[in-house]
Amino acid sequence: MDVDADGSVAMSEESGRRRKVHGMLKLYYGLNEEGKAPEQPESLNPCDINGPHFDPELYLNKLRKECSLAELMDQETCMVKQIRSLDSDMQTLVYENYNKFISATDTIRKMKNDFKKMEDEMDCLSTNMAAITDFSARISGTLQDQHAQITKLSGVHMLLRKLQFLFELPARLNKCLELQAYAQAVSFHRRARCVLQQYSHLPSFKGIQDDCHAIMEKLAQELRQKFRDGGTSAKDLSECVELLLQLDEPAEELCDKFLSHARSRLELDLQSLEAEIKPYPASKKEASTRRSSGNMSSGSPTDNSPKMSSLSSPTLNTDILEFIDRGCNEFVSSLCLVITSYQELFINHAQTGELASKNILQMANGKLHTFVDDLTTRYFSLVERRIQEEKGVSDNSLLVRALDRFHRRLQAVSKLLPGSAVPNRGTEIVIRAATERVKQYLCALQNFYMDSLTDVRQALATPRLSVAGGAAHLGGPVTGRDAPASLPELLSSLSASILNQIKSVLASVHLFTAKDITFSNKPYFKGEFCSQGVRESLVVSFIKFVCQSSRNFCESAGDKGGSTPPALLLLLSRLCLDFETSTISYILTLTDEQFLVQHHSPITPVTALCAEAREAAQKLLNHYVKVQGLIISQMLRKSVETRDWVNTIEPRNVRAVMKRVVEDTTSIDVQVGLLYEEGVRKAHSSDSSKRTFSVYSSSRQQARYAASYTPSAPMDTNLLSNIHKLFSERIDIFSSVEFNKVSVMTGIIKISLKTFLECVRLRTFGRYGLQQIQVDCHYLQMYLWRFVSDENLVHFLLDEIVGSSAHRCLDPSPMEQSVIEVICERGFNNMRWSLKLGGSQGFLSICYHLTSASNWLGPVCPTLF
Amino acid sequence: MEDDAPVIYGLEFQARALTAQTAETDAIRFLVGTQSLKFDNQIHIIDFDDENNVINKNVLLHQAGEIWHIAASPADKAVLSTCYNKTSDSRVVSCAAVWRMPSDWESGSHESPDDSAHNPQTLELLCRLDDSSHGNAAWSCGSLQVSSAATLEGKGQLKFTSGKWSPHHNCSQLATANDTAIRGWDLRTMSQIYCIENAHGQLVRDLDFNPNRQYYLASCGDDCKVKFWDVRNVQEPVKTLEEHSHWVWSVCYNHSHDQLVLTASSDSRLILSNMVSISSEPFGHLVDDEELSEGEDNHQEDKTKEPLKDSVVSTYEEHEDSVYAAEWSSADPWLFASLSYDGRLVINRVPRALKYRILL
Repeated sequence: MDVDADGSVAMSEESGRRRKVHGMLKLYYGLNEEGKAPEQPESLNPCDINGPHFDPELYLNKLRKECSLAELMDQETCMVKQIRSLDSDMQTLVYENYNKFISATDTIRKMKNDFKKMEDEMDCLSTNMAAITDFSARISGTLQDQHAQITKLSGVHMLLRKLQFLFELPARLNKCLELQAYAQAVSFHRRARCVLQQYSHLPSFKGIQDDCHAIMEKLAQELRQKFRDGGTSAKDLSECVELLLQLDEPAEELCDKFLSHARSRLELDLQSLEAEIKPYPASKKEASTRRSSGNMSSGSPTDNSPKMSSLSSPTLNTDILEFIDRGCNEFVSSLCLVITSYQELFINHAQTGELASKNILQMANGKLHTFVDDLTTRYFSLVERRIQEEKGVSDNSLLVRALDRFHRRLQAVSKLLPGSAVPNRGTEIVIRAATERVKQYLCALQNFYMDSLTDVRQALATPRLSVAGGAAHLGGPVTGRDAPASLPELLSSLSASILNQIKSVLASVHLFTAKDITFSNKPYFKGEFCSQGVRESLVVSFIKFVCQSSRNFCESAGDKGGSTPPALLLLLSRLCLDFETSTISYILTLTDEQFLVQHHSPITPVTALCAEAREAAQKLLNHYVKVQGLIISQMLRKSVETRDWVNTIEPRNVRAVMKRVVEDTTSIDVQVGLLYEEGVRKAHSSDSSKRTFSVYSSSRQQARYAASYTPSAPMDTNLLSNIHKLFSERIDIFSSVEFNKVSVMTGIIKISLKTFLECVRLRTFGRYGLQQIQVDCHYLQMYLWRFVSDENLVHFLLDEIVGSSAHRCLDPSPMEQSVIEVICERGFNNMRWSLKLGGSQGFLSICYHLTSASNWLGPVCPTLF
Repeated sequence: MEDDAPVIYGLEFQARALTAQTAETDAIRFLVGTQSLKFDNQIHIIDFDDENNVINKNVLLHQAGEIWHIAASPADKAVLSTCYNKTSDSRVVSCAAVWRMPSDWESGSHESPDDSAHNPQTLELLCRLDDSSHGNAAWSCGSLQVSSAATLEGKGQLKFTSGKWSPHHNCSQLATANDTAIRGWDLRTMSQIYCIENAHGQLVRDLDFNPNRQYYLASCGDDCKVKFWDVRNVQEPVKTLEEHSHWVWSVCYNHSHDQLVLTASSDSRLILSNMVSISSEPFGHLVDDEELSEGEDNHQEDKTKEPLKDSVVSTYEEHEDSVYAAEWSSADPWLFASLSYDGRLVINRVPRALKYRILL
């Protein structure tokens, strides 16, 4: 190993040294590679022993000057060594070169010998070749005469054969005619025609020509006959035409004939198509009414074709896909066939063949276009009629597939006829059908919405018999009595069904833009259909419709506030609010995603729709508050107006109407609570229900009565009262409410109490009348504070009521606060008791009378109850 | 163009009854009747000095009972009528009477205004009207009280809330509000001539005839709305205003410029609306031909001026309690008074900007 390594090292050293030596020798002999030498920096140093400018004298002087003796000695030995090795190298090289030179000389000598042999052989070959050429020339010279003769003979033979053909031609043609091999006959004739024409001055040829003409005349006649008969297939027909063309029949006439023939057959197709639609107009009315009355929401398959018309013809039950299929297979495919054969015959031939004059080409093209346009117009009108029949919205895929097929087939026509307007018109029909469909869907959605509202209405109208599960924990008999089927359930089912319906409609409409549908990549379906058609006129219109119809509930309900049940108003309001918060943006995002709506054209922004929905929700809720408020205030008003307050008896209990008010308020509270959040209320003191009234205890009222006849200068009467009012905010009675329970309840209670106040002010009270009002107000106080956002509002209004009644009292001597409290406590406990028992109104009042009778005079102990 | 601040006057009693002294066309004068069950009721005669923005008042005693409604005679300054409740033997009886004011109240008040307050003069009773069966039906009786009794008998069983004489047709027609309906009556035939069923969702509180357009009337009620009717078409109101947030108790046309309508409501607000489209001058002030020929400039100015739209002119919030009555002054068409239940009388003016737009 070591040896190896050493060896290799030595080898590399050796080779390195060699190269160096070579380099030096090269240098010495001036054998530098060209181009490289001048670039090498030539050492100009005269002391460089290897440089070309070496000056031995200088070098020696320098060495002698610079080096010591020892160094000089070393230098000398080193130099000697180098000289020696250089000498040996030179010797080796010279020897090598010598060897090579000798071998080269040998090779050259050998080559000289070989070439000599080859030269001899070449000479031999050339003499042989000359002999061969000589022989061949001799042979061809002898054969030349015979060859010319043969050529002549074969020419004569050909001519004779041609002549024979000509002479036999009439017979052949007749035979062909008999065999009905028209094509062959025509081709024969064509072959002979020009010859006959050329030699027609010779009588014999003339006879043949005449015969041929007569026969061909007959043939043409026969062909025309066949053409006219029309019973033949398209292929036969085209063959016929081709032959006739070859017989120099006028092309225009042929075109017309061909087309008219084709027309008659296509019209048969059209008639059979029309036969499928025709019965519709007769039964259209019934059919359409049936359809419109048909409930699409039920999901039952709507009958696309009316059954009564199926009695008249069995083919009437074809659905649109079948219809279009038939149209495509029969009409469009034969139309295509006609176009192709026509083009084949008249146009392509004209381009290549002898008919190549432009006029004919244009004429043929023009005729074809008018022909196609004419027929497709009729076809389109039929298709459109059929599409219009398609009113049921149940199965859209069928329609889309039909339209797709329709459109796809027209592509074939467009390929055949590049300049034709047919595909565009076809696309227009598809577009019209699509927009029509979208309209129908919108209508269906609207109907569905109205139907679901009717359902909700019914559900609200029929109270649920079993107060099971959800409603039970919410508040005993109050809920059980008049709370309808649970509102949140209705709401969620309503909104879910609306959403589902929208989704399913979107899915159906989405079929129009599916990838595998040919017309979906038309610019209309990519752009306008998505944005204007689906987004605007379907989704946005529907949302607007929902908002609009909701708003209509507020107005159509009229001033009497009757027709719409309040619960429905509440429900719709919540629905609109949900629309605003989530549904609208969800639906629109869904639409945008599904349809990749590009916002080129102006579209309704989500925010505008949300604002509209919110406005509708607000309006509905306000209306709800108004209606409920009016119901309660109607009770209060009646109770105040119908009583003789001057001559009433001493109050022993709270009037029943107040209990009714509280009950109704509670049930409204429950109802609203089902749909709206609690909302914020101002913190109220723990003993709100115990608060005493300020009828006479507060200085305000006393001030009012004390100041009797002081001269009233402007601005100083009722100062205290006014100051009091300055600090309480102005109360807007029928004002907008917020979307939470507390705000709604506040609105209702405000309306009720304000009515109470105004009614009280119109009456005159006796002593006990005032006391009754006091009791009633205290009772209301005990219950109502918990419903409102700011209990001070209730206090203020009730204060006003008691204050006003005190003022309207002939003998204002108020009841003791403690007595009021006792009476009300009893009512309170009764209420609680009856709530526990789940009693009806009648039961409640019975209980109440019992307890009041037994407790009125005895020691009052509220805790007993 | 700053508008003058409203002038406020306070009474010490609650009050509902307010009227302008119709026969008085020089001084701005309002009559207010008080409502008190315990003290003698008063009629305050309130003179407003437009120049100095000062109120002068005189008090007359109305001992018969609390005043629910008051009306001044359009012919005789001194004559007025009241509807009042009398309590006797713990029974409340509604009455109406025509009174003559004592002749010397005016001079007396000028000498010593304080004095008159302490010794209020009593009204001189002219005649009593047998109106007891009709509750607080308020009659704007003028000089035609005689026939009113007769008409009332014709429709005895109905319950009235309000009634007004039509200023047109030679004062032979009147309209009444019954519950939610408005009925028109003709005195010559003593029969109903029109009936607006369900004019308002709830009680109709008041109505007023347009002084310049004979078929137009305004009504207001508990549904917070003010509606304008053409009595030839009773199906639909011509216009509806929904500005108030509680019951509207009074509606009042301006006598000279019928586009100005005043409404008072128990939401403590008074609203002045400008109903140009249904007024007798829908295109603003009509320029006479003579004026046109006189100056082209005027004409051009008129052209540049866009017609006014129906709008709420302003909302007055000086009251703290329900406003039950509002009335235009008979002397100054740009001035009106309103009265709230707590006895506060506020005198306001039409904003100057609007005034000049109407006039010019």
